[in-house]
Amino acid sequence: MQEVESKDINLKKLEAEAKANSTPSSFKLMFNEFKSDKMAMISLILVSLFILYVIIASFFINTSNMMSTNIMNYFAKPFTPDFWLGADAGGRSIAKQLIVGSRNSILIAIGLTAISSSVGIAYGLISGYFGGITDLAMQRVYDFMMIIPSFMIIIEIVNIIPSYNAISLTLILSMFYWMGTSRLIRAQTLSESNKDYVQASRASGTSTLKIIFKQIMPNVSSLIIVDTTISFAENIGVETGLSYLGFGLPMGTPSLGTLIANANDADNITTYWWTWLPATIEIIVLCLAISYIGAVLRRATNATQRRSTK
Amino acid sequence: MWKTILRRLLIMIPELIILSVLVFILSKQLPGDPFTGSINPKASMGQIHHLMKINGLYDPWYQQYWHWVVHLLHGDLGNSYEYQEPVTAIIGSRAINTFWLALLTMIMTYAIGLPMGLYAGRHEGKLQDALVRIYSYATMSVPFFVVLVIGCWIFGYGLNIFPTSGSVAPNATGFFPVLLSKFYHMILPATLGALFATSSITQYLRSGVIDAKNSNYVKTAQAKGVSMNNIYKHHIMRNAMLPIAAFAGYSITGLLGGSLFTEQIFSYPGMGLLFLNAVNFRDYTVMTALVLLYGFLSLLGTLLSDIALSIIDPRIRVE
Repeated sequence: MQEVESKDINLKKLEAEAKANSTPSSFKLMFNEFKSDKMAMISLILVSLFILYVIIASFFINTSNMMSTNIMNYFAKPFTPDFWLGADAGGRSIAKQLIVGSRNSILIAIGLTAISSSVGIAYGLISGYFGGITDLAMQRVYDFMMIIPSFMIIIEIVNIIPSYNAISLTLILSMFYWMGTSRLIRAQTLSESNKDYVQASRASGTSTLKIIFKQIMPNVSSLIIVDTTISFAENIGVETGLSYLGFGLPMGTPSLGTLIANANDADNITTYWWTWLPATIEIIVLCLAISYIGAVLRRATNATQRRSTK
Repeated sequence: MWKTILRRLLIMIPELIILSVLVFILSKQLPGDPFTGSINPKASMGQIHHLMKINGLYDPWYQQYWHWVVHLLHGDLGNSYEYQEPVTAIIGSRAINTFWLALLTMIMTYAIGLPMGLYAGRHEGKLQDALVRIYSYATMSVPFFVVLVIGCWIFGYGLNIFPTSGSVAPNATGFFPVLLSKFYHMILPATLGALFATSSITQYLRSGVIDAKNSNYVKTAQAKGVSMNNIYKHHIMRNAMLPIAAFAGYSITGLLGGSLFTEQIFSYPGMGLLFLNAVNFRDYTVMTALVLLYGFLSLLGTLLSDIALSIIDPRIRVE
């Protein structure tokens, strides 16, 4: 009786020891990496707070009121109590447009990242796992998507569709921005699917879908997290770029891109700098912060570059 | 060797056909027709329908596509609705500007990216490497057009060093003044474009140099007593740089995509600005021709790069 008990205790102790010595999960590693890098922590908090702020603050702004022309405030100067970032040619407050525009741009970027990354991940996993003729065919589609002038085709599609909103714009954009993710995931899946655990699982009769999504996908999850973060920064550029050219969100819906498009006017770019400069700086800071977070995440997945363990 | 090139060319044909079908179908979906704008306003709807009928606009789409392709192969892309001129003539006059700007941007990208990649690879793991990596990350993550706007504001309007619109000064006469003025107009957009396009070249060259550093031929050269500088100049650089040189074709896609923004911001009269104007004036023949041309050029660039890479590195030949 006593012997059994001591064995039991020993087992528990061993288990705890093994847990302490085993490599921590990738999420834990990422968390540790953020704890050891102050800049990354600040970026992460800043970006999250900013996104939360623009989403909540835009609830309190009446968009149609904000976008209506008020000639009395024609190019109101910034840093005044009513217009702390000034107003544009229509007397519309830049600060309010910036908040609503940021919300629109960020939400579209989030939607675009979610959809295009999911498509890219599934595409890469399937293409990499099956290999052979499936892979060949899927890679030809990939090659084709890479050579088509996507921005011009998006502009054409936007012109064909009579009325569209943020959701359909996100869907249109996602058709053209999944390729980078799929390439990365495919390469990783190729090397992953030759490993012993996959062979063993296949031999014991696990269904293909289960192998792909339950067994291989967790093993490429750190890559997915890093890539998604970096695509998010890139996707902010996609929507704002399209809106900047005038083919993004419909008229009357502010976006960071439409605010930067104020700079197309020679008067605005020289004299009325407040109409476009805040949005420009916001995009630069936001993209730098997000991609810095991505860089730290990437560092966390690479054992030789980690800072937290040193 | 020849087999590889032939195989690569054969892959290109279906891509080209699918691209043209896609462009054609999209162009058919665009609202409007080619006659309403160019005809006597008194013409009745019946007459327009008659015109559309004899011009084959009511035929099934595959017949229309076939007609379009036949015309295309004869170099006939139709007339521009807006300018009432052949599309090929309009694009031809603009293409040369885009070509020079893209070429200058590409040259400057390599001029900036190559030394940085070599430098970072040589000082792997040191401060210099970290600085180059930070630069690459920063330039990769910031949207390209935002930088152009800021650059145009600072150097064009603020400091007044560079022109902010057009491709040549209106008062320039004579061969050399015009050439100089054209170059002067391209410096700012090309430099800004190049500064923010180096990251892939730099990172690729860096890893190439690091790979080469640990290879046996470098160790052999070192054992023979060749100086480190000479090893870098004659052994490592050559091996690491060849694939980079072959990348030039791939960068065509990015350069053409970027031309939309560059030309819009600097009011530079190239194909990108022509496209944006065509969209605004609903000049569909020009739009369609430009999308097809951009796709074709990207395809050609990828083809050339693939062939060049397969010559340099036989391991990556298309099977």
